[in-house]
Amino acid sequence: MSNNIKIKVKNYGFYYGKIKVLSDITMDIEQNTITAIIGPSGCGKSTFIRTFNRMNDLIANSKVTGEVSVDGINIYKNNVDVVELRKKVGMVFQRPNPFPKTIYDNIAYGPRLHARYSKQKLEHIVEDSLKKAALWDEVKNKLHTNALELSGGQQQRLCIARVLAVNSEIILMDEPASSLDPISTQKIEDLIDELKENYTIIIVTHNMQQAARISQKTAFLLTEKIDEPARLIEYDDTNKIFTNPGDKRTENYITGRFG
Amino acid sequence: MLWMEKFKKSKFRIFKTFLISKFVFINGIISIVVLGLILAFLIYNSLKFFSSYPFFDFISGTRWSPTVNEKFGFVPLMVGSLEVAFGAILIAVPLGIGVAIYIGELAPRLVRETLKPIIEVLATIPSVVLGFIGLKTVVPFVKNIFSLSIGLTALSGSIILAFMSLPTIISISEDAINAVPNGLRNASLALGANKWETTYKIVVPTASSGILAAVMLGLGRIIGETMAVLMITGNSPRIVFSWLQPVRTITATIAAEMGETVQGGLHYSALFGIGLVLFLVTFLTNFTADRFVNRIRNII
Ligand SMILES: Nc1ncnc2c1ncn2[C@@H]1O[C@H](COP(=O)(O)OP(=O)(O)OP(=O)(O)O)[C@@H](O)[C@H]1O
Ligand SMILES: [Mg+2]
Repeated sequence: MSNNIKIKVKNYGFYYGKIKVLSDITMDIEQNTITAIIGPSGCGKSTFIRTFNRMNDLIANSKVTGEVSVDGINIYKNNVDVVELRKKVGMVFQRPNPFPKTIYDNIAYGPRLHARYSKQKLEHIVEDSLKKAALWDEVKNKLHTNALELSGGQQQRLCIARVLAVNSEIILMDEPASSLDPISTQKIEDLIDELKENYTIIIVTHNMQQAARISQKTAFLLTEKIDEPARLIEYDDTNKIFTNPGDKRTENYITGRFG
Repeated sequence: MLWMEKFKKSKFRIFKTFLISKFVFINGIISIVVLGLILAFLIYNSLKFFSSYPFFDFISGTRWSPTVNEKFGFVPLMVGSLEVAFGAILIAVPLGIGVAIYIGELAPRLVRETLKPIIEVLATIPSVVLGFIGLKTVVPFVKNIFSLSIGLTALSGSIILAFMSLPTIISISEDAINAVPNGLRNASLALGANKWETTYKIVVPTASSGILAAVMLGLGRIIGETMAVLMITGNSPRIVFSWLQPVRTITATIAAEMGETVQGGLHYSALFGIGLVLFLVTFLTNFTADRFVNRIRNII
């Protein structure tokens, strides 16, 4: 399986103020692939994934070094339009965060930001996005009720639908199922698996089985010594990482022999 | 025995908790009783007025001239109060919400951290002081800008009342804005909204019930305010529908005339009557505002 490269990361490093938390990461992320990012707590997985839609811009004094290109364009160049980037690179957060608006308005929020659509067109987008997020059947009769009335799992699928509605190509997910029950988690995993047909997905997860189940590629980040930045220890096919890791540290981590 | 000691101690603790909860309960009861007493006192003292003066003449009377011919028409005072209050709301609400949004959402941290305490201190300035400052600044300003012969107008009162309610409106609105979960801001930004779109499409609507409560509480201060408006609205109990004329509010009337009345007389009782009306209005406003505030606390 040799796919097109969607994202290129080259000598990437990240600083919070003077503290360097990520260093020297180089990897290519393939199109229509699910890439899992694993590593111990605090190693910088969230920091890393927020790189791809420049959400780290919001943090004062943060600094990026190296290069991150999406579709061949370095997204940290000065002339990059962050709005355009975030349309292309959507994000699903750890805790479901629907807006306290109706289900319909949640989905329509993104499209309405970026263009003026007719009512029919908007309705079509909402229906289409909810269908893709496997939520349509559950909510089609209550599109105009408050999204906060949905269950946690439904809320998270709503958040995914919200991203799909702006025609993203890449979806970043930072532990999207960690606050959900097993059945909701199963639904999210099935959904992610379906979405890879049309989207490039990067997912942070703490759950080794989850990474093994759903991803095709796995990247393992690790901080080896306190006060040192985390590095990319190994990046390979998920199969290989979980059956025959090339690095002792990876093996230790995935078999749970790690602090 | 040692464990007996322990047992005693815990018994004492239970007793302490009991005392504290009783103390809180008793305080609550006391404030309700006091409120009830105030109400009873107002009713009692205004009884004479309401029983001897025709209620219809009171509520629809267009003249308030208690000393000349014992006319107690409520309308001029109500119009005066409404005019001043309405003007104040018109000024204070947009300004207050605007500043709250700026401080809560847009200002750099340093600006926010300096402005917030300053605004909270402003809320504690006694209204007589503000009235005096208003007399020296707002009144001449209004006089000059509209080339009036006298600056003691409804507008001057509105401006100073707006100032008085601003700290309340700003600081509570800002609290409401602050209480909006960051996850919502992030979700909006991640969908490609800019800061401004996120502010007015997500943050402000989410904080809206808190902002409404802030406005209501500000309103409470505006309606119940006495000294400042007494000093700078010109004190003329006539019906005027212009912001550039002297008016007189309910509170100002009570403060201005109470000293001249005969205790127990009709005029005296009439002032308690309008006091009763004011009490009910203020109580209702604050009550409603409080329910809003509680609802928000429950949500967040
Ligand atoms: N806004 C911030 N300012 C300063 N330091 C931060 C900030 N956010 C995170 N850090 C630090 O950067 C490091 C990486 O944090 P990050 O949240 O990316 O880790 P993570 O791998 O996602 O952890 P977890 O698995 O617990 O979610 C941590 O040491 C953390 O303390
Ligand atoms: Mg994280």
